Amino acid sequence: MNPDNYLFLSALLFTIGAFGVLIRRNAIVVFMCVELMLNAVNLTLVTFSRMHGDLTGQVIAFFTMVVAAAEVVVGLAIIVSVFRTRRSASVDDANLLKY
Amino acid sequence: MSSFPWLTTMGVVPLVGSALVATLPKERSAAAKKIALTFSVATFGVAALMATQFKKGGSRFQFTESHQWIKAFNINYGLGVDGIALVLILMTTVLMPVVMLAAWNDADEAQADGRRSVRAYFALYLLLETMMIGVFAATDLFLFYVFFEAMLIPMYFLIGGFGGPQRSYAAVKFLLYSLFGGLFMLAALIGLYVASGKHLGTGTFDFNTLANAVASGQLGISPGLSKALFLGFFVAFAVKAPLFPFHTWLPDAAAEATPGSAVLLVGVLDKVGTFGMLRYCLELFPGASKFFTPMVIGMAIVGTLYGALLAIGQTDIKRLIAYTSISHFGLITLGVFAMTSAGQSGASLYMVNHGLSTGALFIVAGFLISRRGSQLIDDYGGVNKVAPKLAGVFLIAGLSSLALPGLSSFVSEFLVLVGTFERYKAVAIVATCAIILAALYVLWLYQRTMTGPLKAGLEGMKDLRAREVVAVAPLIALIIGLGFYPKPILDVVNPSVKTTLQHVQKQDPAPALNAQTSEKVDSK
Amino acid sequence: MESLIWLVPGLPLFGAAILLLGGKRTNAWGHLLGCLAALGSFALAAGLFFTMLGKHGAARSMHQHLYSWVPVPGTGQHPFQADVAFQLDQLSVVFILLITGVGSLIHIYSIGYMSHDPERRKFFSYLNLFLAAMLILVLADNYLLLYVGWEGVGLASYLLIGFWQAKPSAAAAAKKAFVVNRVGDVGLSIAIMLMFVTFGSFNFGTVFGTAGGASKGTLTAIGIMLLLAACGKSAQFPLQSWLGDAMEGPTPVSALIHAATMVTAGVYLIVRSHAIFDLSPTARLLVTIVGAITLLFGAIVGCAKDDIKKSLAGSTMSQIGYMILAAGLGPIGYAFAIMHLVTHGFFKAGLFLGAGSVMHGMDDEVNMRHYGGLRKYMPITFGTFFLGYLAIIGCPPFSGFYSKDKIIEAAFSKGGTSGWILGGAALLGALITAFYMTRMVIMTFFGEKRWVPDAEGHEPHPHESPLSMGLPMLLLAVGSVAAGFLFSMNSAFVNWLEPVTGPRAEGKLPGGLNSTTLSIITLAAVAVGVAIAVVKYGTGKVPAVAPRGSFITVAARKDLYGDAFNEAALMRPGQYLTRTLVYTDNRGVDGAINGLAALVGGTSGRLRRLQTGFVRSYALSMFGGAAALVAAILFAKL
Repeated sequence: MNPDNYLFLSALLFTIGAFGVLIRRNAIVVFMCVELMLNAVNLTLVTFSRMHGDLTGQVIAFFTMVVAAAEVVVGLAIIVSVFRTRRSASVDDANLLKY
Repeated sequence: MSSFPWLTTMGVVPLVGSALVATLPKERSAAAKKIALTFSVATFGVAALMATQFKKGGSRFQFTESHQWIKAFNINYGLGVDGIALVLILMTTVLMPVVMLAAWNDADEAQADGRRSVRAYFALYLLLETMMIGVFAATDLFLFYVFFEAMLIPMYFLIGGFGGPQRSYAAVKFLLYSLFGGLFMLAALIGLYVASGKHLGTGTFDFNTLANAVASGQLGISPGLSKALFLGFFVAFAVKAPLFPFHTWLPDAAAEATPGSAVLLVGVLDKVGTFGMLRYCLELFPGASKFFTPMVIGMAIVGTLYGALLAIGQTDIKRLIAYTSISHFGLITLGVFAMTSAGQSGASLYMVNHGLSTGALFIVAGFLISRRGSQLIDDYGGVNKVAPKLAGVFLIAGLSSLALPGLSSFVSEFLVLVGTFERYKAVAIVATCAIILAALYVLWLYQRTMTGPLKAGLEGMKDLRAREVVAVAPLIALIIGLGFYPKPILDVVNPSVKTTLQHVQKQDPAPALNAQTSEKVDSK
Repeated sequence: MESLIWLVPGLPLFGAAILLLGGKRTNAWGHLLGCLAALGSFALAAGLFFTMLGKHGAARSMHQHLYSWVPVPGTGQHPFQADVAFQLDQLSVVFILLITGVGSLIHIYSIGYMSHDPERRKFFSYLNLFLAAMLILVLADNYLLLYVGWEGVGLASYLLIGFWQAKPSAAAAAKKAFVVNRVGDVGLSIAIMLMFVTFGSFNFGTVFGTAGGASKGTLTAIGIMLLLAACGKSAQFPLQSWLGDAMEGPTPVSALIHAATMVTAGVYLIVRSHAIFDLSPTARLLVTIVGAITLLFGAIVGCAKDDIKKSLAGSTMSQIGYMILAAGLGPIGYAFAIMHLVTHGFFKAGLFLGAGSVMHGMDDEVNMRHYGGLRKYMPITFGTFFLGYLAIIGCPPFSGFYSKDKIIEAAFSKGGTSGWILGGAALLGALITAFYMTRMVIMTFFGEKRWVPDAEGHEPHPHESPLSMGLPMLLLAVGSVAAGFLFSMNSAFVNWLEPVTGPRAEGKLPGGLNSTTLSIITLAAVAVGVAIAVVKYGTGKVPAVAPRGSFITVAARKDLYGDAFNEAALMRPGQYLTRTLVYTDNRGVDGAINGLAALVGGTSGRLRRLQTGFVRSYALSMFGGAAALVAAILFAKL
């Protein structure tokens, strides 16, 4: 199969993720969209790795997964604690950190 | 030449003292004062010993030290003093113990308020002394810059932590102004480094190498770049000095700082500005200096008159003294940029004398203010009746400020005026008129505060205590002594000035009478 | 003997230092030390004088080099070099004798006069300081050292005028004197600078030796600047305004500083610099004009004042005007300027001490309208005062006759219209002098008592002053009587000064006058002056409150509006200027800086609003940025 299709797919997933981040308010959904974007990039990395016959891209994908896992742990913990204190998971409500 | 690291020692002594004082427990403020005073006296001892080793006819920079610091940029820890730096260091080390004695109880109130501690006050003084010695002793431009900026930090805390009611405003203003100027210098410094790399093969920050390369024409920076670099340095020094119109931070800072800090601020820190002009601006950028001379002379003469006129109109004693300093700095700059040996020797001597006379004035004003708790001139009157010694010392310091012949400032002021007159007659005549204004602001201040009937609230004012007498006595002795015998300082300063003038390629103008007549006189 | 010159100013300087540093500890014997220093200095001066008498001509000049003071070798052939070195020649020896002699007498007088003052020790230290400065002034061998003495006497005068500092008027007068003097000092500064750039030196020897080589314009400029300096120190028009106020000081000060010595420094300066004035007729003309104006100005002011000291101050101004006039006449006048200076030193000091004695006896009353009939109560004072009076009006054979007569003669013999004008002014001055001095004597010593009780209702009890005050007055009276005659014997004084001032040119009197007829005319003028005064004040009653008087009297009482002019032309605009500048500095210069800071602060405050706190808007800007970056890379590639 033409590897270009994987790239198109990853572009599509990235765009969906990006839009999700921009328009959704629920922190969990935003978070999942971020994950979607990360995985879209992973897909690109693997694809290019395959296209160029160089394993570096796959190695970086693993790195990304590890980092993403760590990030989920921290991120979800933050969201949960924010939800506990504010009774809301909307990202727009957590706007204290401004000017 | 002795290999003993005089300058490093001199810088380290107060630094050690500062660390020692800072580690004392807060309650032991009396011990802090004594230790600080001991260390400052020890520093003066080192300086005085060093001065006896200085060879008048020797090489320009003496007691040199050089150690590699940052290899990648060819930056060295380079120290050394020429005559001018030597006398300024001596003045600094003389002023320090005097200021400490005078400021003995200045920080007590702050400690009682719980704001700051006495030990911090004296530790900062000693730290400042290290920086001030470093800035005069550095022969590596980068090191100079580091000291130049580092000096601000203790001063910032001294003003901001221990000053009057508006101290925060004054401290921030002082810091911002100085940093603003300093950044221009940093940019110019890097520019100079790059240019030296281009012309000399390897870039260097070493002043001696640079100055000699400039003088010999090896370092032929293009005129345009040279002017830009000159301005970079000059702005930093003009803010520091301060020259009109960069002066407005000084009255605020001097009025808000404690009298002791004000002495160091005006007496020493600001000298770095004029010292920098004389050493760095002129020697590194001779062409640009000549190009900008009319502008600088203009600023200086305006500042001289402007400062004097504003001093007359002040209602606050310390602000008044600050404005007189602006006037004096105008004269010093005039002497520097007149590019005559009389002018520059006079300017160098003036830096010392101004430190002494303004120092004495601030200190005595501080004694006065501490007794009444007010800086307003209107709150005083008739002090002479209850505190004749205080009034007498105040008068001597004031007379020195107005350059009365027989007191030290006169010699320097006259040399500056003559040096200026040799090239710019009209400017010198206008500047001479400033001496009338000087008489007005000093004597009017004296008249309003010390004479007349005793103002309410001053009854029972104490005359000078023994500690206070000991504090001002050295200054008064120096003011009178140097007025009658300024030769030791001039002898040290003259060769340095001569080198500077050679580097700038300027000659003293010959007298108007033709050479034939004057030779006849010489032989007579 | 030559090596002792430095002790002449040195002794009083040490005296002043000991008294000032010693503080209260020296209170008990401070006045004696002060007198001793002055007397010692006088003895040295006398010794030096006799040493000089033993030599001849140019060999009489002595020189002592103490140390190098301000050396700046410079880059070229022409160093800036000032030394502390003294030169004692025929001119300076006259001065040191006068200064230390009259000075010692006044020291002695002050013991009595200041005996009730708790600060007497300080007074003597200032007097000693004054002597030292004045001696440095006349002994210096270069202009820069002269300048030290010049301002030093200014300082001493400042301290002494303001001696009773608690009186605001005294403090103000002291400051005024110093500041006005400083205006003159600017002239001296500029003159020295001009000398340095012209001759490469300001030593007397070099400057006078090479003055001929300088251009006319330069010499005139130097001359005018020196004249300005002289005007300041000698209270000559237009810088005369401080002298009247200076009478706020204790009377011995007025006698010593503001009559006998310091105020004559201007005359010394001009005569000393005669080599410059000789070569510049323009500068000389200006000097004579200043002298002539002041001699009339001072005399008119002297006529109108009721304050005995202020009237004498006007007289001093006028007499110094004579000296300045004589000095400006050039070689025909130098010697007479100095001679009048010396005789004036005697009789004016005597008159002031007399006035002080009167005040002492009258509970510090200074208004002559409240005196009257005092000759019976104070015979010694009256006697000495009267001798001084005869001397100042120029009655032969008293000393003023010899010196003033010669000046009038010299003024006429200048020749041309200017000679007539100057001579006429001098003659008119003599008439007015006779008038106001007679007025003073009559109002003080003759007529009936017009004493007024003081605030507590005590009638004054005039009494003769103690011996310490009487003796100096007697000795000065001897000087007033005999000095002129002695100086004029075989032209002794003129010959003595000849090596310094150059040979005296003999002027020719114009219009068929000769010196005898001129003397007669002068004496007639004096007689007229005396007669008017006698008619006006001696025959009728003197009102205790000053009548309104004609407009000239009113103007003269206000010092011919000199102060009013200064106030309107200088003080008020000056105050306005400083006030405006203070405002501009705070609002304008500082305001511009603070405005800039406010601008930066405001801008960043507005930019801060971009940080909304909404995560999604940050995300949008990140995406936008990333997209822009990608777009930029793509464009760059294409």
